Amino acid sequence: MARPSFHASATRPYPPGEYPVVVVGSGPGGLQLAYGLNRYGIRHAVISADPGPGGMFRRWPLFQRLLSWTKPHAAGGPGSRPFERCDWNSLIAEEPEARSLAARHLDGTSHYPTRAAMEANLAAFAERTGLAVRYGCRWLQTRREEDADGARFVLETSDGDYACRDAVFAVGVADPWNPDIPGIELARHYADVGPAERYADRRVVILGKQNSGFEIASGLLPWARSILLSSPSPARLSVVVNSLVGVRARYILPYEDYVLGGGVGVLDAATERIERRGDALVVHFRMTGSNDAVAVEVDDVISATGFTTPLRDLPKLGLTTFGQSGLPAQTRWWESTTVPGLHFAGTITQGVRGLAKFGIPPNSGAVQGHRYNALILARRLASKRFGIEIPHPRLAPDAVVPFLLDEATRGPELWHQKGFLARVLTVGADEGIRDAGIIPLAAFLDEEERDGIALVLEADGSGAMYPVAYVRAGGHLTETPLPPDAMLNYESGAHRRALGAALQPLGIG
Amino acid sequence: MSSRSEIVSDLARFALFADLTEAQREGVVDQLAVAVFAADDKILRQGFRGAGFYFVLEGECTVHVDGAERARLGRGDFFGEVSVLIGDPPTADVIALTDVRCLVLDPADAEPFLLAHPQVMFRMLQAQARRLRDSNRRRA
Repeated sequence: MARPSFHASATRPYPPGEYPVVVVGSGPGGLQLAYGLNRYGIRHAVISADPGPGGMFRRWPLFQRLLSWTKPHAAGGPGSRPFERCDWNSLIAEEPEARSLAARHLDGTSHYPTRAAMEANLAAFAERTGLAVRYGCRWLQTRREEDADGARFVLETSDGDYACRDAVFAVGVADPWNPDIPGIELARHYADVGPAERYADRRVVILGKQNSGFEIASGLLPWARSILLSSPSPARLSVVVNSLVGVRARYILPYEDYVLGGGVGVLDAATERIERRGDALVVHFRMTGSNDAVAVEVDDVISATGFTTPLRDLPKLGLTTFGQSGLPAQTRWWESTTVPGLHFAGTITQGVRGLAKFGIPPNSGAVQGHRYNALILARRLASKRFGIEIPHPRLAPDAVVPFLLDEATRGPELWHQKGFLARVLTVGADEGIRDAGIIPLAAFLDEEERDGIALVLEADGSGAMYPVAYVRAGGHLTETPLPPDAMLNYESGAHRRALGAALQPLGIG
Repeated sequence: MSSRSEIVSDLARFALFADLTEAQREGVVDQLAVAVFAADDKILRQGFRGAGFYFVLEGECTVHVDGAERARLGRGDFFGEVSVLIGDPPTADVIALTDVRCLVLDPADAEPFLLAHPQVMFRMLQAQARRLRDSNRRRA
C-alpha cells in the first residue's frame, strides 16, 4: 500500500515562530494531544521529523501485527463510549465521523490490526479531525531563556526556531537500548532483526524475556533451528500475573514450546559476554539461581533488551530521567518535575506510576491508556495555563450512585487505566455536587482540598476486578472497595448499597 | 547513579543485597521497577491497601503516623515490608523529603522473591530485629 505524501504538495503548516504551545511528534500521543488542544482553541504548532502520521507504527511491530485488539462487534457498537473499552487502537474524538476508526480498518481475519492498518487508522484520525502537522521538521536542540514573563523554550529545528512557554514531547520510547555487555555489538537489536526468513536453519539466542523478546521468538519459530531466550529474572506471563505487566498471550507460543520440551530454551541468567568463534558466536551466561557458568554457541544473537526515550538535550536543561528507558521524572499531570513547562504525551507518560496498588501500573505505555492522559493534559493546560473555564456539570444527590456505577461498569477511562484514572465528583455547600471529570487518582488524593469522591476500577493481581470509592469528607480520606462481580456488572443492589454507605459521610448516597 | 549496571554494582554496597552474587543482583534489578518521587510526593499511604516494598537508592523520606513525623529514612533503608509480608495496609505515610529514587517490589512478588533469595530474607529479619530491639529499649 503506497503511503500518501503529507508534505510534498500542500503549503506546510506551522512555520517557525512563536507559539503558546509546541507539540513534538505525530504518533498517537502527539495527535491525541493536538486534538485536545484544538478542542479548547489553544493556539499551538505540531512538528514531526517523520514524513507522515503514525509514529512508531510506521515501523513496528516487527512482524507487522499489533498485540492490542479492536473488537468490531463489541458492546455499544462503534462510535459509542462503552465501545472504547474493547477498542484499544482508536484515538478519541467527539465528532462521530472520527470515532472508533480502528474498527473500520479491520478485514475480519483478526481483531489485532496489522501495522499498516494501525498506520492508516492514525492517518484517518488526523484527516477527519483536520489536524495539521508540520512533517519533515526535525527537532534538533533546545534552549531555555528567561524573560519578564518567566521561562521560555526555544526548539531549534531543521526548519528554524520555535519559541513557546509550554512544550509537549510525544516522541515515543523507541530508540534501541542495549546493556553494556562485552561483545554486545555482535548482537542485532530488535530494531534491526530484519525478515524472519534470514534465520532459516539458524541457532538464535534472544536476550530479553519481555514482549519484544517473545515476539521475535514467535516470529522465528517456523524458521530457526533453535531458539534460546535469556534474561536475569524469570519470565512473567500476563495470563499468570493477571495484568499487562506480563508477556501477552499472543506471544506465549515459544513458552509453551519450552514447557513441552519442543526445542525452545528459556534461561534465567545474566549475560557476561558475547564472543566470535569462526562464523559462530558464543554467549557466556551466568545462571541467576545456581551461579553456574554456561556457554552456548549460536549463529545469531538478538537483543530485545528494550528502548530508550529520545529526549535529545533536555537533560542539559535540568530534566531528570530514570530507569533503563530514560523516562523523564514527571508530575501526576505529566509535566517534568525539574523543568516546569516541559510536558509529555504518548507512551512517555508511562513514567508516571500512580499508586500502582498491588503492583499494577497504569497502561500509559499503550495507546488505550495514554490517549486519555493526552486529553486530560490538554484540559489541564487549557485551565491552568490559558484560564479557560472547564464546565463541571451539576448532579442531583440521587443521581450520584447510578452515575458512578454506570461509569464503573462502562467507563473506558476507568477500565483502561485501572487504579490510575478516576471519575471525580466534588461536593461543596454552595456549588453542590459537581462532575470534575476524569483525573489522575493521585491528584484527587494529594491536591484536591474539597470534599468529594473519586471512583476507580482496580485489580489486585488475583484476577478480581472491582470498583473502589475514595471519599474525602471533612478532610478525612477513606478507601472502600466494592464487591467484584463475575459478569463485571457493578450496578446490582449490593453495589448500590455498598457505594451508598461509602458516600454517607458526604451526606449523599 | 541511574544506569542499570551502576545500580547492579551499587546494590553490593547495601547490607540487604550484599550476600547476592552479581548474577542475582542483575536479576533483582531486572525484576524490580525503579520509581522516582519528587519532594512532597507520598510514596506509601497509611491505611490504603496494595502497597509495595520499597528500597531507597537515593534521597530522603519522612515517616508519618497520623500526620506526626516519626522517623527519617535514606539511602539503603527500606519500608513497606510489614504490608507485603502480612497483607495489611501500611500503618504510616512515607513522604519524599527530597527527590527519591527507589526499587519497588510488588506485593504479589514478595513471597516468591524472598524464598528465591533467602539471604535477603535473613538480612531483612536482622533489620526487623534491630528495629524491635530499639523500640523495646525506648519503651523500657
